[in-house]
Amino acid sequence: MLDTLYNFFIFPISEYEFMQKAIVSLLILSLISPITGIFLVLRKLSLSGDAISHAILPGAAIGFLLFGLSVFAITICSLIAGIIVIASSAIFSRISKNPEDSSLAVFYLLSLALGVLIISISGSNLDLLHFLFGSIFAITDEILITLATITIFCLFVLAIIIRPLIIDSMDPLFLTSVSKAGPFVHLAFMVITVMNLVASFQAIGTLMAVGLMIIPATIAKFWSYKLNIIILIAIIVTMISVYIGVLLSFHFNYPSSPCIILILVFWYLVSFIFGINNGVIWNFIKTKHLEA
Amino acid sequence: MIHFNNLTLGYNKHPIVHHLNAHIPPGDSVAVIGPNGGGKSTLLKGIASLIKPLDGSIDISVPKNKIAYLPQISSIDHNFPISTYELIALGLWHKKGWFKKYTKNDHMAIKSAIEQVELQGMAQQPLCALSGGQIQRALFARLILQDANLILLDEPFNAIDYKTNEALLNIINLWKRQNRTIITVLHNYSQVKSYFDKTLIIAREIIEFDKTEKVLTQENLNKAFSISLSPDENANVCNR
Repeated sequence: MLDTLYNFFIFPISEYEFMQKAIVSLLILSLISPITGIFLVLRKLSLSGDAISHAILPGAAIGFLLFGLSVFAITICSLIAGIIVIASSAIFSRISKNPEDSSLAVFYLLSLALGVLIISISGSNLDLLHFLFGSIFAITDEILITLATITIFCLFVLAIIIRPLIIDSMDPLFLTSVSKAGPFVHLAFMVITVMNLVASFQAIGTLMAVGLMIIPATIAKFWSYKLNIIILIAIIVTMISVYIGVLLSFHFNYPSSPCIILILVFWYLVSFIFGINNGVIWNFIKTKHLEA
Repeated sequence: MIHFNNLTLGYNKHPIVHHLNAHIPPGDSVAVIGPNGGGKSTLLKGIASLIKPLDGSIDISVPKNKIAYLPQISSIDHNFPISTYELIALGLWHKKGWFKKYTKNDHMAIKSAIEQVELQGMAQQPLCALSGGQIQRALFARLILQDANLILLDEPFNAIDYKTNEALLNIINLWKRQNRTIITVLHNYSQVKSYFDKTLIIAREIIEFDKTEKVLTQENLNKAFSISLSPDENANVCNR
């Protein structure tokens, strides 16, 4: 029994370097992605995360076309693409007084269109699947270092803006009435989102990067009304899920990103049914009410 | 304290508050009354510098962090995972800013504000457990902590029960004794009479602004409520 567990959970990681790199990079991402996701959800921007992930894709493609498979170039180009898209949607929506998600829709589609156009004109047979789903078992030292640096930077910025960010997410009018920090904090958070997605996509791809943000956030909200506990639960559930997901992928030779997402969705369903906040099972179990 | 100099506020070039000239000295308690769409909330937003004047200006001799504003419809997300205590504690933002830790004294001040609005039992509850009236009490506790010299309240007693209403009016009375300037939009004329020294009747333009007993006449009210307030699509450019 113990042997089987050891062979399943520990052996692949103690034996293979590529597994160590995969696990380490995923655990690092588990430190930042759920936090970004929680604030995206709290700010009603869950789907904007998705849009932004599409917006950085063309940047990656352009970086690849210009500089080949250089981690550094691809990272910088995707960052630039993402930041241009969020900055222009923020600026355009402020000037025209339209809601930001509608201008974001315009600009991420523009970015996507330009990306597809550039790739097709250049006649490259760039492997789009690689960008969409990543290649967790092919993590290089370069990618690992890039990803860790970005994560540390994002956590650092988050630590600085966390208080106004919470106020801006909960009661934006109050923050506007006491401080001018609102728009800056919002933009800083969106930049963190872009950086988080850029850090993720070389490991698990843009599509799954959003999953690592949003699913843990929705899971954790089933278990607490306290923000710090929600963040903690989200991080732990993500770490457990990436670990199990990668091992499943290793043992059964399934693609890794879908495995991780499936495990996360499994926790989501468990929480949806049993969660202490609004889990559906409580609708069916009739308990006596309290006196006060 | 506040000078309105030929102030015009509005949206899409249509004036909501039109050519307002007035002066509010420090320590005054002013009730703002008038018809729906008459510019009461817009005026408060202008004072809170949430909107920019279309014309003219507002001179306020109070720093921004000494102005507290309670909007008519608060932007609070009632499902946000935060406790009532933490919401109220935000009133200390002007002292604590981005980084400073809450000290023992701060926690004492927060507890005392919570006691003043009688929310002791709810302090550790999440926001979603509060009723509308309890949220309003919590927001008043937050206002208490803001320790502002200029307090702007936009219809603070809507959908509030009798007892809560009295509790909140007592807080307003306390603020008056502490010589804070209070500008409140409200519709209950008996409350206006008993709690506010001055009254400003506004229906796009000032109908009357003076001591409450002078202003609050049937004639003034009739005048205020007979003015058409919808924007005119064919209006000419105002040359006043």
